[in-house]
Amino acid sequence: MTATAPAPPAAPAARERPRGTLGRLAGALHRRPRLRLALLLTAPLLWLAVLYLGSLAVLFVSAFWTTNSFTSQVVKVWSTDNLRAVLTTPVYREVIVRSVGVALAVTVLCAVIGFPLAFFTARVAPRRWRPLLVVAVLTPLWASYLVKVYAWRLILSEGGLADWMLRPFGLDGPGYGLPAAVLTLTYLWLPYMILPVHTALAQLPAGLLEASADLGARPARTFRSVVLPLVLPSVGAGSVFTFSLSLGDYITVQIVGGKTQLIGNLVYSNIELNLPMAAALGLVPVVVIVLYLLALRRTGALSSL
Amino acid sequence: MRLIRTVQAALAATLFLAVTACGSSGGDGESSATGLNPPDLKAPTRLGKPEGQVDLIAWAGYVEDGSNDPDADWVSDFEKQTGCQVRSKVAASSDEMVKLMKTGEYDAVSASGDASLRLIASGDAAPVNTDLVPNYQDIFPDLKMQPWNSVDGKAYGIPHGRGANLLMYNTEKVKPAPTSWSAVFDGAFAHKGHVTAYDSPIYIADAALYLKAHRPELKIKDPYALDQKQFDAAVDLLKQQNKNVGEYWSDYLKEVSAFKSGDSVIGTTWQVIANLAASEGAKVKAFVPEEGSTGWSDTWMISSKAKHPTCAYKWLNWIVSPKVNAQVAEYFGEAPANAKACEQTTDKNFCTTYHAADTAYWKRIAFWNTPVEQCLDGRTDVKCVPYAKWVQAWTEIKG
Repeated sequence: MTATAPAPPAAPAARERPRGTLGRLAGALHRRPRLRLALLLTAPLLWLAVLYLGSLAVLFVSAFWTTNSFTSQVVKVWSTDNLRAVLTTPVYREVIVRSVGVALAVTVLCAVIGFPLAFFTARVAPRRWRPLLVVAVLTPLWASYLVKVYAWRLILSEGGLADWMLRPFGLDGPGYGLPAAVLTLTYLWLPYMILPVHTALAQLPAGLLEASADLGARPARTFRSVVLPLVLPSVGAGSVFTFSLSLGDYITVQIVGGKTQLIGNLVYSNIELNLPMAAALGLVPVVVIVLYLLALRRTGALSSL
Repeated sequence: MRLIRTVQAALAATLFLAVTACGSSGGDGESSATGLNPPDLKAPTRLGKPEGQVDLIAWAGYVEDGSNDPDADWVSDFEKQTGCQVRSKVAASSDEMVKLMKTGEYDAVSASGDASLRLIASGDAAPVNTDLVPNYQDIFPDLKMQPWNSVDGKAYGIPHGRGANLLMYNTEKVKPAPTSWSAVFDGAFAHKGHVTAYDSPIYIADAALYLKAHRPELKIKDPYALDQKQFDAAVDLLKQQNKNVGEYWSDYLKEVSAFKSGDSVIGTTWQVIANLAASEGAKVKAFVPEEGSTGWSDTWMISSKAKHPTCAYKWLNWIVSPKVNAQVAEYFGEAPANAKACEQTTDKNFCTTYHAADTAYWKRIAFWNTPVEQCLDGRTDVKCVPYAKWVQAWTEIKG
């Protein structure tokens, strides 16, 4: 780009009249591609480093501070007590395991429900319906998060829609609790799973499927040996959304989770009185998600994000 | 590739900066305060000219200018009469109030008893000269100079109103009608999955109050002054209760909806929630059980860093004036603090419903207070469990 650059556009005009400051500046910038790049990238890089990574760094550092137990003011004395408490206190460990379990359950449910749905919208449904079906999948995202969760609170309440629908089978609805939280989170994040899977399925070359059939494979075999390996990375990509969104959520579980606590609730309950403890707890989802992303990178799912 | 290296360098630089920044400020951390030795602050002896503005922190419904409900407006007249423009911030919890007061950007706060001592001890709240608040003389005597609004005979605020934490139950599903808190503790299994409780560490005091009556060998005198043994017993009781709890409530609309649908059939409540649920068709009743109850008594306190102290004093006097105190008490659903407010309520039975002047009723209420290491009940041979430990225990109780 630098060696073969054409002559500066300002040059022909400059022959007619003396070059102004602007012209000289343009010339200088043109001759120094590195300076140009630096000027272009300084602002976004500052944003990334200071606001984004900086706040993560502050989170990390404040996890090592302590608080005055009575006035709950942050005392800037270095200590690893908070991190040790997070790892050794039984209740914290239990909540961390529960939160990761919820995130995994939501991810699996989203994949199991999302895959057939995406298969239908991308390959089975009549071609002119497909855009409409994608819009239909996206419509829940237009409604407010709280409205949807409160709607689930009504559905799952005693004598609500869930109870009413299950009564003919002699069953009761799940009521408020951990299953309700998993169900609601699955509903909330399902579109984030369907979309990448839909895209991957829509882009699947028809020739591959035909070739498989020509070679004598039945549909089940084609699905297992051709479709699944090609689409699995995008399921992984969708799972990044469902997993991280579920791990960070604390409002849904407050509304439909009954007495259940997740990691976000612990952060929330500590944030006013014990900020360093909240920071230490807040590091847990960060670490879990980094580990999850590293695991996914090995499968190649990240390149289909 | 160069971009990645630049990002890495930036990240390293940020981390380095953050680490060095906290390293240099590590020296000025103060020693931890234990117990109550508030800084010696002076209350003003006379008021100056109104500053034209006042910044308040309040519970929802305490500072209404008609924007939420056109009928609820006691701010506009205050602004007209004093020239002090009111700017208010609604806080959702006592902990948030404490945190906001620390910023020093507010002049006054309507603190409950579980926040007031913390504000006094940290020097965020200043003593109040009650002579500068003429309406103070009409406040019910049993609200003045209480452990949660005064220290060593010095007043730190003006009482605003009070209420009890009641036991509410669904009259159709809970039979026979309960008379004791045992319905949510030892007898809670009868309504397994449908018991509710207030979602706050201060709820541990409710368990302590129950143990005070039912386990005399623990010798609990004050549910906010628990030594380690008494505290452990209360926590154990709450862990037992947790098995039967359907959900905890902190948002009062959530409790109203749970009682309406039948998801909750028995648990703690406030009078205003009981009234609201009943008006929306829920078959509920709320009362003070035989053991007595916990309750709250809110106090308007003035910040030690107040930028508009004169306007703050004017607000304190205004909010406990008979007419306004009646308005706010009726709007929020609590007993007013000003004795003359009872003549000003639109519902003539209001003060009877809320037991405003019923001294015997309030004797049975243990008002919220901040647990500190120095036992509030006067014991000096043991250390009591401070509030920070209550917060941790509450997390463990919920599991």
